[in-house]
Amino acid sequence: MELIVALIVQGLQMLLVVAVAPLLVGLVRKLKARLMRRRGAPLIQPYRDILRLLRKEVVLADNASWLFRAVPYLVFAATWVAAALVPTFATGLHFSWTADLIAIVALLGSARFFLALAGMDVGTSFGGIGSSREMMIASMAEPAMLLAVFAMALVAGSTQLSTVAQFMASPHVGLRVSLGMALVALIIVAIAENARIPVDNPATHLELTMAHEAMVLEYSGRHLAMIELAAALKLVLYVSLIACVFFPWGIASGTGSAGAYGLGLLSYVVKLAVGGILLAVLESSIAKLRVFRVPHLLGTALMLGLLGTLLLFVSRGL
Amino acid sequence: MTVAGFNAVELVLLVPAVSAALLAILPGFRITAWLNTLAALLTLLAALSLFGAERPAPGNYLLVDDLNIVFIVLNTFVGFTAASFSASYIGHEIETGRLTPVYVRFYHAMYQLMMFGMNLALVSNNIGLMWVAIELATLTTVLMVGVYRTPEALEAAWKYFILGSVGIALALFGTILVYVVAQPVLGEGTAAMVWTNLIARAGEFDPALLNLAFVFLLLGYGTKVGLAPLHAWLPDAHAEGPTPISAVLSGLLLNVALYAVLRFKLLMAAHPEALAPGPLMVGMGLLSLVFAAFMLYRRRDIKRLFAYSSIEHMGIIVFAFGMGGTLANFAGLLHMVMHSLTKSAIFFSVGHVAQIKGTQKVAEIRGLTQSHPLLGWGLAIGVLAIAGLPPFGVFMSEFLVVTSTFARNPVLALVLVFGLLVAFGALLLRLTGFLFGEPTGELKPARASLLPLYAHMALVLIAGLYMPGPMVDWFRAVAKLLG
Amino acid sequence: MNATAFDVAHMLAGSVVLVSFMMLYQDRLLALLNVFALHAALLSAAVAWQATIQGAPHLYVTAAIALFFKAMIIPAALHRIIRRLGIHREVEQVVGTGITMLAGMGLVALSISLMLNLTASADALAREDLAFALSVVLLGLLMMITRRNAVSQVVGFMSLENGLILAATGARGMPLVVEISVAFSVLIAFIVIGVFLFRIRERFDTVDDSALERFRGDVG
Repeated sequence: MELIVALIVQGLQMLLVVAVAPLLVGLVRKLKARLMRRRGAPLIQPYRDILRLLRKEVVLADNASWLFRAVPYLVFAATWVAAALVPTFATGLHFSWTADLIAIVALLGSARFFLALAGMDVGTSFGGIGSSREMMIASMAEPAMLLAVFAMALVAGSTQLSTVAQFMASPHVGLRVSLGMALVALIIVAIAENARIPVDNPATHLELTMAHEAMVLEYSGRHLAMIELAAALKLVLYVSLIACVFFPWGIASGTGSAGAYGLGLLSYVVKLAVGGILLAVLESSIAKLRVFRVPHLLGTALMLGLLGTLLLFVSRGL
Repeated sequence: MTVAGFNAVELVLLVPAVSAALLAILPGFRITAWLNTLAALLTLLAALSLFGAERPAPGNYLLVDDLNIVFIVLNTFVGFTAASFSASYIGHEIETGRLTPVYVRFYHAMYQLMMFGMNLALVSNNIGLMWVAIELATLTTVLMVGVYRTPEALEAAWKYFILGSVGIALALFGTILVYVVAQPVLGEGTAAMVWTNLIARAGEFDPALLNLAFVFLLLGYGTKVGLAPLHAWLPDAHAEGPTPISAVLSGLLLNVALYAVLRFKLLMAAHPEALAPGPLMVGMGLLSLVFAAFMLYRRRDIKRLFAYSSIEHMGIIVFAFGMGGTLANFAGLLHMVMHSLTKSAIFFSVGHVAQIKGTQKVAEIRGLTQSHPLLGWGLAIGVLAIAGLPPFGVFMSEFLVVTSTFARNPVLALVLVFGLLVAFGALLLRLTGFLFGEPTGELKPARASLLPLYAHMALVLIAGLYMPGPMVDWFRAVAKLLG
Repeated sequence: MNATAFDVAHMLAGSVVLVSFMMLYQDRLLALLNVFALHAALLSAAVAWQATIQGAPHLYVTAAIALFFKAMIIPAALHRIIRRLGIHREVEQVVGTGITMLAGMGLVALSISLMLNLTASADALAREDLAFALSVVLLGLLMMITRRNAVSQVVGFMSLENGLILAATGARGMPLVVEISVAFSVLIAFIVIGVFLFRIRERFDTVDDSALERFRGDVG
């Protein structure tokens, strides 16, 4: 019986992330529109888009290989699993032993790898530019993320997200400058990975500035729906990751009661909403960087991660 | 000796400090130049009286022992002769309009302030105070190097300032580390910075941290000594500032920094488990010697030439102290004194030569023995002495360094002799150019103060021929103290 | 000493190191000055915290000097100088930002490992303080090496001095003489620099010291 409940809760979490992902995207878009004094599309517009795309016919380039067709599903699956691993409303769920930071980084990395391959598969110049830029960003963002993860892991003594979140919620943490650095590094990585504004513009199709969008330009129909959903999931993943590690308030622990789960769910929704609002404000208030300046920003993240890790060695007992 | 209630040590410090203040407000360059010389003479007298006077017990701040008396007397003596040379030099600079009276006033005040800083560094019993004093002396010399305000002088001063500051910062870090090492043993507060306390309890310190501190101190104060590879400021600072300052830099400031290095070497030696400071110093000394010896061949500026010669000789001295042992220390100490006297004498003559010829370019200085025999031969004697020819004192000390090294480490001695010979060749090559050939430039006899020049050379000659017994005993005692 | 006291000290000193890094990659002079002001302000906070936990009220003086003199007066004065010289252009760097940052990381790693190995016997607070201070000193040196512009070299030197002050306050009960003299030497240094900048400005209309190199006597 317990096992069944545990499995149900775990399944709930998996469904939750995929259900809430388009809503978060819709929220960010709506807020950005309001900040620019436009009315904006309704919150549920991303759901409608995805449903519409699913119904539409797929248009394939003549020279597209099987890889091109398989990639959207691979990307979606990898991202979904990664997103579902991050504790959202509760820690210590049934599969939480798989929720390892390194595993999440690896899943995201393989999703990106396949996407970049697909971008080059058709052989258009846009796809090639997109892939190479995405790889340039990834080559700095991934080490930065790993270093930030190391800093957290050194503090918490584990790379298991549940353990990290429980440690962060306990009073043993104290004031750690390294954690602040890891947070900033993680936020920069999140912005870069989600193709958000200082690094990339999710709303543009202007060839000079595109990175992520250029790569998926050839996709249509249900393939595009998969990729859009994966992108939305990735955003949810990063917001939940930052929320569960740095702001683990209200999160329910493993075998909680229904009330605790409810509270956890409520706080999770609030955290997502706050994340969305902050992102919208950030995107509206700053301009996009030139592509060649992006490595500076990511270099900052890399440096913060490295410094945070280094500084831990002189702190109180690691 | 006490004057008006002050003992000799306090006088050595008070006279320059008071006269610096006086010189800053007095107008007229003639009176200030005269007052500058007088103040330097009074300081010298006070320093000499330290020999006879009863030494005050070492306090928290001041200390007089056998080691620093040698340095103080040398310092104040060269300070005095350089001041009297400076009086005639500055007169000429005012006539040619290179310096305005306002700048001369500033220059004289800075001169006394620098003397104060150096004397304070030498008598301080507190490593913090010593650091402050050396910093003060450095800053004042920076200002004096830049006093001509030509682009070259400004560049030299800037470079000197930047490198000097880096050196002094490293030295301060080393000083802080020494305090950190000493604090668990000696307790918090001033006591843990007092030299006599440190040396008494050195054996109880943590050796690893003490090693690190010494590395910082050696690099920091070594920059001031002008050891390669941290010497870049030295040639510029010597070449572009007023020549009395070149003399004082070579003859004194390098010694003061060396004194600081020696003090910390003693501290290291007092700890049985700490790193032996000798090999580090030997290495840096030899590197400076050989490097500078080769650099001598390509100098086109006469003051730069002798600046590199200073690097070479500081290399020899640091090498000798690094070798350690009574004989090598004795040789190093003697060489330091001889080098100070000879090199400042050379700069006195070079200053006049450059003024008369209106250039510092080696290629444009020719036939000095025909146009200005007294000055030319003075320079010749100085260069022969510094190149290490007998019967001058420099020969004596170099000879002692070489023989003591041969007895203990022949390979090092070969490198040493090689460096000495390279430098010797370079200097003689240049010297024949200066002395002989068709005279260039101004031919009319010039007003030059030759007394300081010949006085120094006479001392160097006497030291080469005959060292008075008490002096030998004194030096030997100090050498033994240095371990 | 309780854990929070240590954590706050660690956080402040660590932030000083972080800001040292930020200075390394600022390529505009005005931004550099702002970051330096932040550096000095953080230093002042770190010193004040040390004063509190060591119960050494005289350190508050050092903190106040750092705050008012280094974080306010000097940046303001340098702002004025830069405006008067009309150099708002980018700082020319000898080495690229990436290499500089990597070198900086190496220096921080070096100083931390050096200090941790050598100061095993000292108390934790002094250890981490010395490690951070050495990092700041080395980063200041690195900045002086990688910059060609006189103003940014001066800023590098001052950040180096900040590292020294951090070290001096971390050493328990170090006599006041030294701290005041450190602050005072910065004052003198600044006057010297001010005079120099003025003169260099007078002569060349630039404070880029690579323009000075060609005047060197040996070349001509």
